[in-house]
Amino acid sequence: MENFDIIIIGGGPAGMAAAVSAKKAGAENIVILERDKVLGGILNQCIHGGFGLHTFGEELTGPEYAERYADMVRDMDIPYELETMVLDVAPKPDGCKAVTVISPTRGVCELSAKAVVLAMGCRERPRGALGIAGFRPKGVYTAGTAQKLVNLEGVHIGREVVILGSGDIGLIMARRMTLEGAHVAAVAELMPYSSGLKRNIVQCLDDYGIPLLLSHTVIDIKGKDKLEGVVIAQVDENRVPIKETAKLYPCDTLLLSCGLIPENELTSAAGIRIDRRTNGAMVNESLETSIEGVFSCGNVLHVHDLVDFVSEESARAGENAAKYALGAKREKCESFDIETGNGVRYTVPVSISPGNADELTHIRFRVGDVYKNVSVVVKSGETELVRRKSRILVPSEMVDLLIKKDKLQGISENIKVYLEEA
Amino acid sequence: MTKELTCICCPMGCALTAELEDGKVTNVTGNTCPRGKGYAETELTAPVRSVTTTVITQQGIPVPVKTKTPVPKDKIFDVVRAIKALPVSLPVKMGDVLLVDVCGSGSDIVAARTVENS
Repeated sequence: MENFDIIIIGGGPAGMAAAVSAKKAGAENIVILERDKVLGGILNQCIHGGFGLHTFGEELTGPEYAERYADMVRDMDIPYELETMVLDVAPKPDGCKAVTVISPTRGVCELSAKAVVLAMGCRERPRGALGIAGFRPKGVYTAGTAQKLVNLEGVHIGREVVILGSGDIGLIMARRMTLEGAHVAAVAELMPYSSGLKRNIVQCLDDYGIPLLLSHTVIDIKGKDKLEGVVIAQVDENRVPIKETAKLYPCDTLLLSCGLIPENELTSAAGIRIDRRTNGAMVNESLETSIEGVFSCGNVLHVHDLVDFVSEESARAGENAAKYALGAKREKCESFDIETGNGVRYTVPVSISPGNADELTHIRFRVGDVYKNVSVVVKSGETELVRRKSRILVPSEMVDLLIKKDKLQGISENIKVYLEEA
Repeated sequence: MTKELTCICCPMGCALTAELEDGKVTNVTGNTCPRGKGYAETELTAPVRSVTTTVITQQGIPVPVKTKTPVPKDKIFDVVRAIKALPVSLPVKMGDVLLVDVCGSGSDIVAARTVENS
């Protein structure tokens, strides 16, 4: 059996950043396993700009951001295997992890690693999970599938388009379809606010006069073989459609941008504890899962809105995986759970062990609603660790808090993160 | 003349009302911080956008491209048309200049990805 220090599952932005930083931290025997034919993951189809402002200090397109990291991987001689699908991850009695893969060159084969980094990313919520009435005609795509067909395969998918869901991919695809010559009739959003970034609403919808229908949803899909139209209705405060407002939008294409789900089948099968709020692994301050030596980062851990945050987080996971693989032991000291309070939907990590914390510990989270003029408070018992004022917090923008190591020393109770009126 | 627009500097998304005289912004209201005023001034006097799209190469494979610098907003569709008409053959390297001074905008069209001829 082939033995590695670290096996990184996934060659997208998370996997590449983890690999680069693991190598910098001294791990030699690393491999990235990627199921696609190229490195880069979802970035390859994200041809729009807005990537890299934090990481590279300039605005790049997705493919450029991916190519920069892929070049780093190649320049540092980090091995990667393409068209390689991981089938199973399992802890072994000796503390190493068995990683079963299938690929054209290896066939089905079991590899072994001291540490594993989970960097599989996420996938889109499909139509079947949305419960929309109607047949299954052609012309209904998730926004990301449409993006792949248009941007990577050069396919024209339709002329008259309706988009359900105002997540960033939906907004980006509204502009993209417009530039490809299609007409986008409307973007319908179930919630009273958009789940996309403000700049995308202005530059992808407003610039092209595309209406954003908040508190609206698709209640029927017309057409049997081919999509003929969709019925959009307004919803009340309980998100129940108001029948009288139903309106038919004739169209040949419906794009669904209704949320992303971390792809954690491998994680669950390995017996790693999953956080139901994020659908990602529960991790500690070192991004280590409930199985020692298995780390998680990027969109498989929790869905991010900026790739720059993915790279930063994954670099930490890679560095910690390297430390583990090189034999560093965790300090045996108390660990404190992070509890969420008012307005805070989840946190990553879910626990902090002060003795194992870096100089700066990140707590990342999303809020459950739109909040104006609030303070984010982090407390352990009566000790306040962080208090940060915000003019506005929205569900579409992840919050990143930093706690200094010295603040964590001497805490004796669980940590609580919540919002308070400022 | 007054113009209404949404500030994109932060998630607040302030609804701005700007007064324009002879193509100059004379007053901005609705902003809750100084950045909103600056945004309204640029956006209403000379709005620009970066454009990204694909060019279908002679091999039939799309290559992502971008304007090297932002172009005037009212030229977006002209720029896309010019890009779509480009004859491009693989291989292409990231950063290759495929068209100089697109539509007289002063901006070049560059490849955003290395694509080999395979």
